[in-house]
Amino acid sequence: MSEVINKNLSEIIDLIKKKEIKSEELTKLYIDRANKSKKLNSYITTCFEYTTQKAKEFDKKPNFNSLLPGVPLAVKDLFCTNGFKTTAGSKMLENFVPKYESTVTENLWKEGAILLGKLNCDEYAMGSSNETSYFGNVINPVARDTVPGGSSGGSASALAANLTPATIGTDTGGSIRQPASFTGTVGLKPTYGLCSRWGIVAFASSLDQAGPMTKSVKDCSIMLEAMAGFDKKDSTSIYKKKENYSKNLKNNIKGIKIGIPKEYRVEKMPKEIEELWNKGKSILKDLGADIVDISLPHTKYALPTYYIVAPAEASSNLARYDGVKYGYRSSKGSDLIEMYENTRSEGFGDEVKRRILIGTYVLSSGYYDAYYLKAQKVRQLIKKDFDENFAKVDAILTPSTPSSAFKIGEKTNDPISMYLNDIFTVPVNLAGLPAISVPAGLDKKGYPLGLQLIGKTLDEQNILNVAYAFEKNCNFKNEIKSWWL
Amino acid sequence: MSIDKDKIKHISKLARISLDSKKSDSLAKDLTSIFKFIEQLNELNTDKVEPLSSILNSPLRSREDKIDDGKIRDKILENSPKKNEEFFVVPKVIE
Repeated sequence: MSEVINKNLSEIIDLIKKKEIKSEELTKLYIDRANKSKKLNSYITTCFEYTTQKAKEFDKKPNFNSLLPGVPLAVKDLFCTNGFKTTAGSKMLENFVPKYESTVTENLWKEGAILLGKLNCDEYAMGSSNETSYFGNVINPVARDTVPGGSSGGSASALAANLTPATIGTDTGGSIRQPASFTGTVGLKPTYGLCSRWGIVAFASSLDQAGPMTKSVKDCSIMLEAMAGFDKKDSTSIYKKKENYSKNLKNNIKGIKIGIPKEYRVEKMPKEIEELWNKGKSILKDLGADIVDISLPHTKYALPTYYIVAPAEASSNLARYDGVKYGYRSSKGSDLIEMYENTRSEGFGDEVKRRILIGTYVLSSGYYDAYYLKAQKVRQLIKKDFDENFAKVDAILTPSTPSSAFKIGEKTNDPISMYLNDIFTVPVNLAGLPAISVPAGLDKKGYPLGLQLIGKTLDEQNILNVAYAFEKNCNFKNEIKSWWL
Repeated sequence: MSIDKDKIKHISKLARISLDSKKSDSLAKDLTSIFKFIEQLNELNTDKVEPLSSILNSPLRSREDKIDDGKIRDKILENSPKKNEEFFVVPKVIE
């Protein structure tokens, strides 16, 4: 029975529908494995008694017509879960128990899924290695001394280690796609506005999007279908009909035009990544796609733009943590202002402080035009690059990351080198576009590497289809041995 | 541009984060290198470019000014670090 947990989400759903396994049995397999996998530090909070109870209820009165019938799922600890601690990886929210449910998780439960627990992440989703979490770093199951990427590092680690059949993360600058690439899994950042942001701990509101992380492209289409949808509680939610991504998934990509942007061939990029990118091109070409060379001339300015826009929005979003209404409060300080200052000093970690200070500075009097307004203008140019090219091509193929998983501690002392991890993922967030990272191969060390497909606004179905065709012909195999058990 | 300790002191005051001297030093160093990186943007002439604040084409939706929830005071107070009956408690503000 233990081989069940090696299966993909879609296969597990089939087993449940065919009554070959009960939700309670399935749940027990994941709970047992999680209990033996504490070394990975993927979980911040588990709620296994609740999961078991809910699984029993499902088995008593099963509804097999839902998308995720009786499927236990763990989610990133950035989604508010009613009655279960939601920490955002921060001391500030260590004991915060939301009294409401995020729309995205609510959508999953409505489709029959059951919460297993909350997965570790970088503090307030600020990080690319899961090393900024107050609850400790997460281990990549690929190799014991490597990071799983971030900020959805716990999600990627738990998924790759088979602690959950699928999961969800959030992506502000690459936080789904980069960890997916580092762990040999599939991660999709949807079009800005496709998934509701309501009930997700906010980082940078004009960039944040929730998305699925799965073991296959088909699983990804099922999860996206379950999560997405208009929500009147999010003023940036896009009003549109719900799509059947999983039913409409097809692997015929004949005649589809795929752009290859020359600016993504960056300095010092390992040769293996270049080779992998070429392999991706030839696979898609063999499947009948047209490969077109394109140019996105403002690519190199995306990261500097991001490091103005995201901290600016973060500094204003995180102003709410003042120790009054919820969250941590310092016991030190003789007056209200000192209480605020000590609360925020003790409650936030170093990276969060760094970004709040950057954001405060670029928004401060006398500097707003030079930094924030300038960044908004460059953001326009970056979006225009994509708009112009999407008149000519249907999707864009790039590497997901400039390297494979790096060693724990390797980049923690140099913020810029850490930020450079997101060089290929950040432009997509600035332009609000959908993009998927699909595993494409292993490097010499045996660590996974991903390729990214970027789509037009709301064209998730198209990039899912291209990724599906690619996956079928790439024959990627993750070689994770369960060394931590 | 270089960010010195005085500037860090000013920004941290604005951001309501107290910092000791050691932390201010390391943040000054970090922010100096980050701003050097950010200032690549000055290579670009953006005089004729409209700023982009949201990628959505339509203006933000607003709702009718009508109560559709409410009566959740006790729930909200449950997460308060310090409360007294139906109030949040803060350090004394006026003498």
